[in-house]
Amino acid sequence: MAKKVSKYAPYLLVAPAIIYLAIFIGYPMIEGIKLVFYENGGFSLATVHRAINNYYFWPALKNTLGLVAIIVPTQLILALVLALAMNKVFKGRNVALTLLIIPMTLSDIAAGLIWYSMLSPSGFMNKLLLNLGLIHSPIQLFGYQFHTREFIMLVFVELWRSTVTIFVIVLAGLQMISHEYIEAAEVFGAGYWTRLRHIVIPLLKPSIQTALLLRTIYAFSIFGIVWVLVGRDIPVLAGEAYYQVTQIKDYGVGAFYALLIAIMSLATGAVYLRVTRSEYLEVRR
Amino acid sequence: MNERTMHDLKKLGFYTLIFIVIVWMGLPLLVSTLYAFGTPDDYYNPHRIIPLHYTLETTKMLLFTLGGWEALKNSIIVAVLAIIISFILGLPAGYAIARFIFPGKDTIKLGMLALKVFPVPIMAVPLVMLYIKLHLIDTLLGVALAHSAASLPLVVLITASIFSGTSAELEEAGMVFGLTRFQSFLRITLPLALPGLAAAAMFTFVGSWNEVFAASVLTFSHRTLPALMLTLMETAPDYYKFAAAFIMAFPAIVYVAIARKYLISMWGIALK
Repeated sequence: MAKKVSKYAPYLLVAPAIIYLAIFIGYPMIEGIKLVFYENGGFSLATVHRAINNYYFWPALKNTLGLVAIIVPTQLILALVLALAMNKVFKGRNVALTLLIIPMTLSDIAAGLIWYSMLSPSGFMNKLLLNLGLIHSPIQLFGYQFHTREFIMLVFVELWRSTVTIFVIVLAGLQMISHEYIEAAEVFGAGYWTRLRHIVIPLLKPSIQTALLLRTIYAFSIFGIVWVLVGRDIPVLAGEAYYQVTQIKDYGVGAFYALLIAIMSLATGAVYLRVTRSEYLEVRR
Repeated sequence: MNERTMHDLKKLGFYTLIFIVIVWMGLPLLVSTLYAFGTPDDYYNPHRIIPLHYTLETTKMLLFTLGGWEALKNSIIVAVLAIIISFILGLPAGYAIARFIFPGKDTIKLGMLALKVFPVPIMAVPLVMLYIKLHLIDTLLGVALAHSAASLPLVVLITASIFSGTSAELEEAGMVFGLTRFQSFLRITLPLALPGLAAAAMFTFVGSWNEVFAASVLTFSHRTLPALMLTLMETAPDYYKFAAAFIMAFPAIVYVAIARKYLISMWGIALK
């Protein structure tokens, strides 16, 4: 039997962590709201007006949402295919797996710069295609006039960099699926696609949900990769927040953009918790 | 088409996929490494797809003249501080959640879960004002404190699941033989939980090492590596960008090569 402990003991153990989070997340959140809505000691929408009427705001919002909407679903499909392939035993699996997970430990700045060596006007791809005689002048991917190309490039580099987040979660999920289910289905004559659709995917659902939530929320605050590759050619919300704080020193507008990202993230998280809440509650107690 | 050709075709298709994956993931890493050490002349020569002449000048310049080495050290200090802070605060909380039953526990767990995926660095913008008041602006401790807030919920959740996995009975047996709860935690539970805690520590380290938004907003002269590169690269010539990529990517690649086996299970579980 356990010794009797004071009923306050668990609270004392939990309190430091909660107080810390209150200071570093709760307080900035409140301070952020104040920065946005208070001016000269009273409620004011001046900052909001300034933030919304900023030339870069709507493009930034549009680009951020656009990138999320294109990148996340594509990554889910890619990650599923890759995880199913990597769940097999084959020659070269270790090499492929190592390469696949490297971006997970890479900063987005590094990933952007790595791809710049491939895609710059004097980069590998251009020189390769030139010397193969497939093109006659370098393909330009950078510069404001190539807005669409820059956007597509960002999507590609983000796919390279962050598909791994979904991949590892789905792979871990796959490895937890008991072989007995699969074998039972095989016994009853289910082919590969039937097994995939009716057994594997449904059992993967919790992993897929977690992975999607994580990726969506991280994607809302996409910043480093955009900043090093295209700067403000493709404005994004986090980039504008950074710009306002470091260049313009307009903390109110910066806080507004940051707050917007926080709200979008919280909303996504709330939807997710509603869907999966029951799994985390210890009903049996 | 008979079954044999069908089988071969499937195999061919599968290996084509694997080949594409290896080239797609590996080629940019290889090219950027070669370009990092290639001479500027070779880079701007349209006929040199792969550089033939190599130099350490660019990397040296970046590390020792432009502050890369300093920033690298700063990054390590910040990451280690973040581990220490988030463990000091997170371990007791994780332990309490694993071992005790108390009202409000589910709410706390849900809260941690919600914050685990909250982009805490975004909170850096209002934190600037607080940091100016507290004289924490442009300090490594300030960045580490923000990074700790980002990883704390994860540390709490991971340690809670690790401690639920280690047997409470062993701990209680220790207490029967006269240890206090704290002693029996220190001598019995902690050693058992060590591998899992190491995983959580690595996770915090990688997160802090790569975080750029908070680090850039909260500092101006004491930069971490990604924050320094972010500002330097706005104006740097191309070949500096590749050297910067190498300096940042090299530790990551070595780390993955060594720890790959643990990484996948660790991340799969940690992120879930």
